[in-house]
Amino acid sequence: MEKTFAVKNLSLVDNQTLEINIGPQHPSTHGVFRMNVVLDGETIVSLKPVMGYLHRNHEQIAENMSYTSSMPYTDRLDYFNSMSNNFGYALTVEKLANIDVPEKAEYIRVIMAELTRLVNHVAVIGFLLNDLGAFFTPVLYAFREREKILDIFEDISGARMMCNYFRFGGVKRDLPAGVLDTIKDVVKKFPSFLEEFEALLTKNEILCMRCQNVGVLKPELAISAGITGPMLRASGVNYDIRKIDNYSIYKRFDFKIPLGQKGDVFDRYYVRILEMRESLKILEQALKDFPTSGDIISKKMTPYLKNFRNFKPPVGEAYARVECPKGELGFYVVSDGTPQPWRYHVRAPSLINLTILEDLCIGHKVADAIIILGSVDIVLGEVDH
Amino acid sequence: MKIEEFKTLLELKLPGIAFKQVRDSLLVENPSDLPKVAFFLKNSDLEIDYLSSVTGSDYLDYLESVYHLYSTTKKTGLITLRVRVKRDAPNVPSLVPIYRSAEFQEREAYDMYGIIYEGHPDLRRLFMWEGFEGFPMRKDYIQEDSEWLEPEDLEWLEKHQVPVTEEMKERAKTPRIIKKDAGE
Amino acid sequence: MALAQNISTVDDGLKSELGKKGIVVTTLNELYNWGRRSSIWPMQFGLACCAIEMIATACARYDIARFGAELFRASPRQSDLMIVAGTVTKKMAPNVVRLYNQMAEPKYVITMGACAIAGGPFIDGVNVLRGIDRYIPVDVHLPGCPPRPEALLYGLMELQKKIDGQTIETTEWYQKGLKREFPIPEYGPKGLIPKFNPEIWNPREEDHRRERYGQPILIGKKTKAPNLDAPPAAPRPVPAPAATAPTSPAAS
Repeated sequence: MEKTFAVKNLSLVDNQTLEINIGPQHPSTHGVFRMNVVLDGETIVSLKPVMGYLHRNHEQIAENMSYTSSMPYTDRLDYFNSMSNNFGYALTVEKLANIDVPEKAEYIRVIMAELTRLVNHVAVIGFLLNDLGAFFTPVLYAFREREKILDIFEDISGARMMCNYFRFGGVKRDLPAGVLDTIKDVVKKFPSFLEEFEALLTKNEILCMRCQNVGVLKPELAISAGITGPMLRASGVNYDIRKIDNYSIYKRFDFKIPLGQKGDVFDRYYVRILEMRESLKILEQALKDFPTSGDIISKKMTPYLKNFRNFKPPVGEAYARVECPKGELGFYVVSDGTPQPWRYHVRAPSLINLTILEDLCIGHKVADAIIILGSVDIVLGEVDH
Repeated sequence: MKIEEFKTLLELKLPGIAFKQVRDSLLVENPSDLPKVAFFLKNSDLEIDYLSSVTGSDYLDYLESVYHLYSTTKKTGLITLRVRVKRDAPNVPSLVPIYRSAEFQEREAYDMYGIIYEGHPDLRRLFMWEGFEGFPMRKDYIQEDSEWLEPEDLEWLEKHQVPVTEEMKERAKTPRIIKKDAGE
Repeated sequence: MALAQNISTVDDGLKSELGKKGIVVTTLNELYNWGRRSSIWPMQFGLACCAIEMIATACARYDIARFGAELFRASPRQSDLMIVAGTVTKKMAPNVVRLYNQMAEPKYVITMGACAIAGGPFIDGVNVLRGIDRYIPVDVHLPGCPPRPEALLYGLMELQKKIDGQTIETTEWYQKGLKREFPIPEYGPKGLIPKFNPEIWNPREEDHRRERYGQPILIGKKTKAPNLDAPPAAPRPVPAPAATAPTSPAAS
């Protein structure tokens, strides 16, 4: 269904448009995001995102401290997926300083990254439903599952949300006894939760009516605008960095990349559900092949675990990226041979995925703008870094 | 593709544009050539259609704008381009007409480093507010000392009838000395 | 201590005696505070990471509804409690103060997390406000980065204790001529004007940062840019020397 743009015939009737401001304090803006919306009746004529209300100078702070000290700050970028953010930063510095990662650490990293993907997608769908008006009930379900995974994170790293678990060349410490069994248990029970979730949602008439054909993103625009992650794949573009860069040990696992057909809000919702199923596949394989012994951090980096202020990568630059649940999370680090990076930059997927928000929203109603924003899946910590 | 091969290929296809290899990246010597290079990359059979990251960087003598590109159709990459501009005339042509993803990232680089992207449809500050002075990520930026009231603060407080102690007024008169080498 | 005395003027022994016979005796203050503390409506207002823990607190596992505070209102006009959950940036601070001013009396503030208290890990940021208590009065400070949901529940219980200690006669918002609206700071060229509201907050005499760095702000001192044009010092692109390079370039 093609949406007719009410804008064209507007001048015939009246030129009265209404400019409203959504946010920064608004229950559906996922934090402190602000949109300046121009409305004709209830139809959106123009939409300008305004951000910076959570600009915490991540880059400036990181350039003033040692490499390892920035690791906890990456947790706070996208506060749903601290492990994925750690992963991206660790990969970049490993590329910069040419560090190898031992086998066992790679397995731990992949397991953590995929668990994070489950946490993120489940919460995003909960919030998307929240934006649809199903106030808080789906979130209750979503957070129930999230808590189970957060318990695992807490056992492993000591913190629920801000794990700060990865180190250059490995991870901070070994898995405590019994955690693997807990993870296996969670992975085993997760599909039944997904089925429960889907039984409630996927064929729900209201959800379909509100989400289908809303906010359609064409693949050409998506590529040109640098959209990544589930949003890009919902538009039908087969681009998953786990497959393309083959970073870490993703080559060993057998998983598929779910693709959408239309690129509307419903596809974005459903691609996430399917991605969770694929993540579970990766988790199962990783748990099966998990090496029982081995180092958790490379020998080269062991002295720097405690003495991290002396870690000086050679002069040079590196850009590395991971498939974070929101999209491509890239880090660009320039080293000048001192313990502090000369330049530290984050390529935040949430920020760049917002580029096309206006294109998606024009012609829709205000209520649709809210769910389109919900389906873009932003986290303000990352948008504003 | 190795960066040396890539350089020779570009020099062959785009005569008249000077490139220089900097580590694993290509420096476009003249910033105004950048759109031509980007247009070629996107529309030739290289099909570099995805601009991943745009960022600024401050090297004291000059500012740099760095571009990381990939191809989503051919699944190739990474290609890094960079341009260097003077600190006092930081003008770089914008890549928004070619790659839409540069829109917010160029605004961010403008906000943080003051690099002016010519041809950008809406070059405003992205994170800081309008009226903010200076570019906070430049190495010579000195931030305010937020524990110390200054004359304009006192003026504002007086206007809003907030009582201020004499001691504080006295303190505001003495100028702040900020040591540049105070960092650890 | 005023807090304990004001709770009740009826003898506790007598009260429990009468209670056994099915007679409830209470004071107006007690009844009033009981009502207020059992239905604190927080504002649905998340700033950053801590907001997610705030949502987790509201969800089934921690269940803030047990304390009567589950009704998150999106409008400041309907809420009693503002949980400042996350980093307050200089760009956001005027809005936070404005929201506080819009809340109806009696109103309370909990700062959740290190950032809202004093800037937390982001204290060096150009755009980071070093604590919202520079502009509005805060009732409960809740440290942590982020505080666990249990900590938020504890903070809420502390607030309930504070409410229990208040009386109708002496509370601020029933007094005449009281100013409970605070001026909203403005955006300036380098930060907010004013930097703090001296009526509410004043810089501390002893300042760790000043002692350590000589000033409360941190400035990078690098004066030499890296020269990327020069070829890499270690023969990096050649794969062979990996085995012969145990002398790590990172060694100090």
